[in-house]
This record gives sequence, structure tokens and C-alpha cells, in this order.
Amino acid sequence: MADATGILVFGDAPDGQLASTAQELLAAGRALADALNQELSIAVIGADVADAPQQAIAHGADKAYAVTNPALADYHPDLFLSAMQTVATEANPGIILIARNNEGRELAPRLAFRLGVGLAQDCLEVSADAETGRLLANRPVYGGSAIAVVSCTHTPQIAALRPKTYEPLDADASRSGQVVAFPVDIDAAAAKTRVVDVVKEEAEGIKLEDARIVVSGGRGLGGPEPFSQLEELAGLLGGAVGASRAAVDSGWVPANYQVGLTGKTITPDLYITVAISGASQHMAGCSGSKAIVAINKDADANIFKEARYGVVGDWEKVIPALMETVRELTQS
Amino acid sequence: MPVNICVLAKQVVDPEMPAAAFRIDPDARQVVPPANIPPVVNGFDENAVEAALQIKDEQGANITVISSGTTFALDVMKKPLSMGADELVLLQDDAFANSVDSFFTVQLLTAAINKLGGFDLIICGRQASDWDNAQVPLGVAETLGMACITLGKKVDVQDSKVVVERLAPDGFEVVEADLPALVTVSNELGQPRYPTLRGIMAATRKRPTVWTTSDLDVDDAQLEPRLTLHDLFVPERDQDCEIIEGDDDADAARQLALRLREDRLI
Ligand SMILES: Cc1cc2nc3c(=O)[nH]c(=O)nc-3n(C[C@H](O)[C@H](O)[C@@H](O)COP(=O)(O)OP(=O)(O)OC[C@H]3O[C@@H](n4cnc5c(N)ncnc54)[C@H](O)[C@@H]3O)c2cc1C
Ligand SMILES: Cc1cc2nc3c(=O)[nH]c(=O)nc-3n(C[C@H](O)[C@H](O)[C@H](O)COP(=O)(O)OP(=O)(O)OC[C@H]3O[C@@H](n4cnc5c(N)ncnc54)[C@H](O)[C@@H]3O)c2cc1C
Repeated sequence: MADATGILVFGDAPDGQLASTAQELLAAGRALADALNQELSIAVIGADVADAPQQAIAHGADKAYAVTNPALADYHPDLFLSAMQTVATEANPGIILIARNNEGRELAPRLAFRLGVGLAQDCLEVSADAETGRLLANRPVYGGSAIAVVSCTHTPQIAALRPKTYEPLDADASRSGQVVAFPVDIDAAAAKTRVVDVVKEEAEGIKLEDARIVVSGGRGLGGPEPFSQLEELAGLLGGAVGASRAAVDSGWVPANYQVGLTGKTITPDLYITVAISGASQHMAGCSGSKAIVAINKDADANIFKEARYGVVGDWEKVIPALMETVRELTQS
Repeated sequence: MPVNICVLAKQVVDPEMPAAAFRIDPDARQVVPPANIPPVVNGFDENAVEAALQIKDEQGANITVISSGTTFALDVMKKPLSMGADELVLLQDDAFANSVDSFFTVQLLTAAINKLGGFDLIICGRQASDWDNAQVPLGVAETLGMACITLGKKVDVQDSKVVVERLAPDGFEVVEADLPALVTVSNELGQPRYPTLRGIMAATRKRPTVWTTSDLDVDDAQLEPRLTLHDLFVPERDQDCEIIEGDDDADAARQLALRLREDRLI
């Protein structure tokens, strides 16, 4: 589109608080805006977005659209998409950033197709090409075995960013910016799907995504029972339990334990893997961990190429001794 | 009435190949398919075939599998037929070789879907294990203006609607839509069935329909690339792993705990 300029970020505000993924997008967007000397705006979408637009300005936005309609109270892909399309057309940005979280996974590709433009999917890093000013995006392919650098040929250029790859900027309440009320028309008939039931399968205790310490188990555990030992270890450490896809596919733990490319992205301070080989698709969900510990009986397992500390040994011997020492250390 | 189902399936390099077999040609910006490891049907697309077959078992269905690509290993691409699908349509053209974006793929697939007269239900994998884009199904749904439900772990057709158990970060939700609709599925759907001997025999006799771009009604403007690939590289792993030794496994575990404590990680 002609004269398209500026960077537009999409964010949501569950419970009136700007989502952390939106803060991450603002950090990425701020760097682009400064490099290109353009404006950074955000569209916060919801029924009532409270003071999330103000929070967005504190986190780096120059302008915040409060995109509201009562029909946007609960997430519905068709309705959110229609709101996004309206804002994108009106704001006419050169670049759009969307989080590749549960919602963005469907929204980003659909918005790109609706606008007839390309999408750089699941990006780890975005930058502005010094010569052309176009967006350059680094994105993993083949489960993370390789990285592709892509750019979009059409405008707006859209990138979906993998959550937890950008650190939010510290909130600065003294930053100034403009909040624009942007009530949108929503045709409720645009909703082609209906949610008829919601089933929670949440594990007790700390959420996997929020845990500072995570202990994950893989196929080498051989069955569901050993996971109770991992739960115990995680309990001692104040952490949560995760799993590889092999453990999930075997039915040992529910699907929402899965860490990886098609599971959860986690960035704990300490990630302990037990009997996990370290396939690229698993590492895609945990390589942002500050320290990885590998417990595996195969010294050649790929996980040892990713870990800071490793124990080459049988988990059946390692885990009880680890637990005992942790118990001594944490109780003294 | 049998449900008229389309499954979109892609041939990919085997993602379970040993990590050492993964090679790229940086100048051509391409992955070099390993010589002695045959390609496979994308894993999630086998789940899509399984989802379609479960509907066929329940209430009868006609299942057409469509795939686009440059070269196909016919015995690999016939697997869905040997599992129980009815037809196979291959969109085969060298023009696909330089397709770096999903946009192009979507134009071809939707043109083929239209040429076949449309479907009640289109089932896709959640993403292709090579380029991991997770875009094609959403693009097909947008282009055809269909209802779209992603990340299914169970797919049922009841009367004239599709009911899907859709994975959510903290469990799942039950989502429904009137047909026609498009659904993507994930591995949580369960292990796809193995082909039976009878299925394999039947598949051997079936011939796929093969179309090139010129057989399809596509608008040239829509085939213009939407993405440029500038570089392709293998990321460096600079982590030096310190192997914690001990008198035995249990002792190594104790040393590990002490080290983690020293580093204030626990
Ligand atoms: C190095 C590199 C980087 C790339 N980066 C991007 C990028 O950032 N953005 C982008 O848009 N494109 C990108 N592409 C191009 C893109 O990955 C594919 O060419 C595109 O055709 C489809 O994406 P996918 O294969 O990942 O499929 P997905 O969208 O992940 O596929 C999901 C599902 O759609 C169906 N499907 C997909 N392809 C086919 C097919 N050929 N035939 C039948 N069914 C199919 C299957 O059911 C599959 O499970 C890149 C290509 C290369 C070479
Ligand atoms: C498109 C796609 C997406 C994927 N997404 C994901 C994802 O999101 N998350 C994910 O995890 N995977 C994912 N995978 C699967 C991935 O490729 C691997 O298959 C999977 O991660 C392997 O799980 P694992 O390490 O538990 O099993 P394995 O690779 O079988 O490894 C088991 C390990 O246990 C060790 N072991 C065995 N016995 C013992 C013992 N007694 N003591 C100590 N060690 C022992 C073995 O040495 C081995 O290294 C995906 C694959 C594809 C193709």
C-alpha cells in the first residue's frame, strides 16, 4: 500500500493488563522504530482494555489504539481478525508484528492472506535492512536444524514472533504517547465457529510456562510411573514438570506437558532433562533456558551439545540420589 | 450421505533422520535431502488421513488426498491410499521448486479444490515438518471463505456440522462449525493406522490424477512471490557441556546437586 509507514503491534489485555507477549513485541518494535526513525503503535484489542494502552506507552509505544467492541470480550478468531483487519487498513503500517502464541498462530497467517501479503512465521529475530529499510526476519526451519533469513515482498510486511525471545523493556511511566480510542464495528455473524465446551486439564501447582525451574522427562523413562519421581523432584525445587513429545504420545502425561516446537516455549533459569535425547524440535521450546542439565545414559545424545551440565548415567540411579542431596541442601 | 472429505498432504524429508544426516547447500539456500533416507508423508498429515478415515468408518466418506510438489516418491505418496483413502491428486510442476512462500502453495491447492468441485470438509496437518510454517491450511480457509478450526485432537461430523476437540494451552475446547469447514489436526489425535495388506494391494492398482499449473485456473498475479529467502544456515551451538563425574551414577548425581547449589541455580 502506498505511503505505508510505521510499525504496528497487535496485543491483547486479558483482565485489563497488557499481555507479556505484547510487551515483548513492543521491545522488538521499538528497536525497529528507532532504526527506521518511524512511529511505533500498538492496537490493544478487547471489550474493555482498561489502562493497557497506557501500559503499552510505558513499555515503548508512541501511540496506542484502544480497539474495543463488546463482542471482543472473549477471544474469537473470526471476530478478532475482523478488528485487526480494520485497524491495519486504517493505520496503514509498513510493518506489523504479531505474537505467535496460541491466538497469533491462527491470526497472523489469516491476516496475511486477507491482506494478500506474505508472513515471516515464527521469527526469533527481526531487524531492518540498513540499505532498503525492509524487514529482515530470522526464522527456524526443519524444527530448528537451520535458520532461514526472509523478507516480505509486499506491504504491510508481517512477522509473527516466537514468544519469549524478546525481553520486554522496563516500564517507564514518564514516557509520553497518544492513546486513541478506536471503537470498531463487529458483525457477530462473521463468527463461523462456536465454542460449545471448555475442558481444563491444568496440572496442580506452578504453571510450566511460569516456572523458574522445570524438570522434563522423555521416552527413556519407559512409562508413566517415573513421572511421579520427577513431580517429587520438581516439588522439592519449587518447579514444574514437562515432557518430550515421545512421552506425551505414549500417553504417560497430558499433551499440555509437552515442551517444544509444537508444545510450550519455556525459558526457566534451570531446565533439567531426564532421558530426553535433545531432538531439535524439543530444543526449539527450551533453548532459551538459562542453564540446561542433561541426564542421559548415552554420552553421544544430542542433549549434551545443548546442556551446561551433564550426567551420563541411568536415571533410575541418578534421580533418587539427586533428590536426596537436594533435600539435604534445601533443608539445611 | 457420505461426507466428501479432502486431505491436504505434503511429502517431506524424514524428520526422524539422524541429526548428522541433515545438510544444507548454503549457496543454493536449500536443504540437501539425504540420499539413502526416503521421504515421508508429513506426520501430521497422516494424522489428518486418520481423522478422515475415522469419519469414513463411522458414517461413510469419500476421501481425496491432494498434494503439491516438484517430484514425488509415488510409493510414499500412496500411503494414504493404502490406509484407506479413495483418490490421490498430485499437483506436480517444476514451478514449485522456487516457491518460498505459502501463498503460492495455497493458490494451487485452492485451484485444485475448486476444480474438483469443492468439499464438505478439508482436513490438514497442523504444520509441515520441513518449513514449519503452519500457514497453508489457514490460507486455504481464508481463500475459500470457509470456517476454520485449528489444532484438532478429535474430529466428528454430526448432521451438517463438524465438532472438534481443539487443543488449548491448559486443556482443550470443543468447537463446532457448519460445513463446509477446514480443520487442522495434531499428533494428539493418536497413532495413524497401519496400511493393511488389502489396502496396499488396492493402492497399487490406483493411479493418481496428475495436474500441472497449466491444468489449473490460477491468477498469475497471485503466483507472484510474497517472500524472498536471503540466507539459510545451520545455527552454531556454542554450549560447552561439563560432564559431572562421580564414583558411580549416584555420586555423580550428588556432585551435580552441589554444583547447581554453588551456581545458585537451586
Ligand atoms: C528456507 C525457507 C524459508 C521459508 N520461510 C517461509 C516463511 O517465513 N513464510 C512463508 O510463508 N513461507 C516460507 N517458506 C516457504 C514455505 O515453507 C513452503 O514452501 C510453503 O509451501 C508451505 O509451508 P509449509 O511447507 O511449511 O506448510 P505448512 O503451512 O506448515 O503446512 C501445513 C499443512 O498444510 C498442508 N500442506 C502444506 N503444504 C502442502 C503441499 N505442498 N501439498 C499439500 N498439502 C500441503 C498439509 O496438510 C500441512 O500439514 C520458506 C521456504 C524456505 C525454502
Ligand atoms: C514437526 C515435528 C514437531 C515436533 N515437536 C516436538 C515438540 O514440540 N516437543 C518434543 O519433545 N518433540 C517434538 N517432536 C519429536 C522429536 O523429533 C523427537 O522425536 C522427540 O523429542 C523425542 O523424544 P525423547 O527425547 O523423549 O525420545 P528419544 O529421542 O527416544 O530419546 C530417549 C532418550 O532417553 C535416553 N535413555 C534411555 N534409557 C535411559 C535411562 N535408563 N537413563 C537415562 N537415559 C536413558 C536415551 O539415551 C535417549 O537419548 C516433533 C517432531 C516433528 C517431526
